[in-house]
Amino acid sequence: MSAELDDNVFGHEHSIVISSETRPFSADLKEIWAYRDLLLLLIQRDVSVRYKQSAIGLAWAVLQPLVLMLIFTIVFGRLAKLPSEGYPYSVFTLCALLPWLYFSRALGGTSDSIVGAANLVTKVYFPRLIIPISKAASGLVDFAVGFVILAIVLAWHRVLPGPEILLLPVFIAFAMLTAFSTGVWLTALNVKYRDIGLLVPFLTQIWMYVSPIAYSSSLVPDRWRWLYSINPIVGVVEGFRWALLGRQPPILGPLLLSLSIVLLLLVTGLIHFRRTERTFVDVI
Amino acid sequence: MATAISIEKVSKCYRLGETHARTLADQATAVVQRLAGRKVAAASVEDFWALRDIELEIAKGEMVGIIGGNGAGKSTLLKILSRITQPTSGRAIVRGQLSSLLEVGTGFHPELTGRENVFLNGTILGMRKAEVTRRFDEIVAFSGVERFIDTPVKRYSSGMYVRLAFAVAAHLEPDVLVIDEVLAVGDAEFQKRCLGKMNDVARGGRTVLFVSHNMQALSMICSRAVLLAGGKVMMDGLPDAVIAHYLSSTADKETLSWNSAEGLGSEFARLKGFRVSSASADDAHSFPTSSPVCVEMDVEIDEMHSSLCVGFDLFAENSVVVLRSYDTDADPAVRVQLRPGRNRIRCEIPPGLLSQGRFELAPRIGLHNQEWIVHTDPLIQFHTHLAHGTSPFWATLDGKNRPGAISPILQWRSLQAQSEG
Repeated sequence: MSAELDDNVFGHEHSIVISSETRPFSADLKEIWAYRDLLLLLIQRDVSVRYKQSAIGLAWAVLQPLVLMLIFTIVFGRLAKLPSEGYPYSVFTLCALLPWLYFSRALGGTSDSIVGAANLVTKVYFPRLIIPISKAASGLVDFAVGFVILAIVLAWHRVLPGPEILLLPVFIAFAMLTAFSTGVWLTALNVKYRDIGLLVPFLTQIWMYVSPIAYSSSLVPDRWRWLYSINPIVGVVEGFRWALLGRQPPILGPLLLSLSIVLLLLVTGLIHFRRTERTFVDVI
Repeated sequence: MATAISIEKVSKCYRLGETHARTLADQATAVVQRLAGRKVAAASVEDFWALRDIELEIAKGEMVGIIGGNGAGKSTLLKILSRITQPTSGRAIVRGQLSSLLEVGTGFHPELTGRENVFLNGTILGMRKAEVTRRFDEIVAFSGVERFIDTPVKRYSSGMYVRLAFAVAAHLEPDVLVIDEVLAVGDAEFQKRCLGKMNDVARGGRTVLFVSHNMQALSMICSRAVLLAGGKVMMDGLPDAVIAHYLSSTADKETLSWNSAEGLGSEFARLKGFRVSSASADDAHSFPTSSPVCVEMDVEIDEMHSSLCVGFDLFAENSVVVLRSYDTDADPAVRVQLRPGRNRIRCEIPPGLLSQGRFELAPRIGLHNQEWIVHTDPLIQFHTHLAHGTSPFWATLDGKNRPGAISPILQWRSLQAQSEG
């Protein structure tokens, strides 16, 4: 009998065909939608475990950006006297720290996600992509906390964002996409090569230095701009500074380059993930 | 009758040895060496066919037991049907919603409360959140942990934990249910509940696929049994016939040992040898019940664990468990002390306990209430003949056994005499 006829012959709502073939991506998306409750609960689990486990809980999400902001302001603003496009250095660096801290946490979480969920992956089926998605999303809670701090710091310095702030969600989505597409590559690789997990903190550290977090991207000579913008975080951070502070809009060319790099990472990352997910269990 | 599962020429091949290059650094070194023109000893990659051209049709409402020795392919088949891993070739079609229970409490997080875990576990098993909400009270009532439902499960006793986890699983309502050895965890009461629940499921017209080493349960609740061996279907038919065939083909030895590379078990404890012998070896094929029966186990331990239990189940001819014994049963002061490395331990079944007949032994190594490390079907067997009775009325003329798997000589007293005196 053939699978195509089943629904008519047996009158069942649905039947699953299990074979070695990879099904179309649209089927994956449909299934992720069907499992949306699980996705939400996994995000909820992450957030509640995170805030339950650490003794200082919420305070950690507040302290991390604040302390880094102070250090960067003292070291780069006061001592090194780096330019900050005419804004107080604290405001200038905090606008970049928020997306950066989200990105580094989400990257750490997603790249570790499949191996970390080995007990689930080996015991029960659900669309595997849900795992890295949930990690990229659960970092948003700390991100939101960061925005409350930012609002206070902006008010303190009497800086009022202009209408550009309406474009902020676009750059938040850009930050999420960057974290997720890098993470989805790394998490699938991590299943096979366990030293990826050790590599990620190091990678994140280097990544911060090649991103305009503690300094202004105007320090980068124009002829290197294109090369610099291969790093998608450059686009994210410039977008954030523009949307929140509104002085210098990001140059469109490099921004589009950043964006296309992310899309390339996303598409190849998903292809790689889907190709390897069928053997996760066999090697994990 | 409608088909619930059809399995068409499903095969699964594992590449042994391929999983060894597990770090990027190793891989990079190999590439560099190859580029430098040096010959690298190719990692020995070996194909292992866990399943080979399996063909099965399972009708809607059937309750099918899957049996077979270790490495027969049972777990691989379940994993493929539950879509945890993909087949190498062939395909299977499952009609209707399928849930698989390869363990209870998948996804339970110790920091979360019982309530949060019920929702998480329920959705992991494929329920919608609204479904869990609807059945929440029922689930909690079934588990019997109402008072602690808002307590983090890390404060639960292991019994409570398992009860809550099973309660969630028991309230799944899939069309097809696939169950692995989950029944092996937990106490007798818990196992009885699981079996009862499975019976209900089957009577409700749903299809159940059940892998178990519990032949008694299998023959009671299944309507059909499939014997797998070496990744192929060896026999398919009525449970009693298949079980009898399987048992006669496996446990026909008195000794079983594994060479250095092999052994049953996990990374930190392995069974290397399993033997049964009699203190008086007058007849190699039948042990007199007047002498102790010695069960010896060679266990290799890499890492000690406080709740490690090593022992065996003794089965009578009809697959009924006569007893289970663990090294940890005795008082801590006098019990045997296992150490990291190779241990040889012996348990004596006292004389005058067993009756006449054929007995089978299945090794049991586990972390108490947590997981099984070795839990197989009977691997070795022995025969006994009655020799411990001294009364002239002990034996019967026709040589037939008195009924029962054990025949200890019990004390009889006269109560009448006491009251008169």
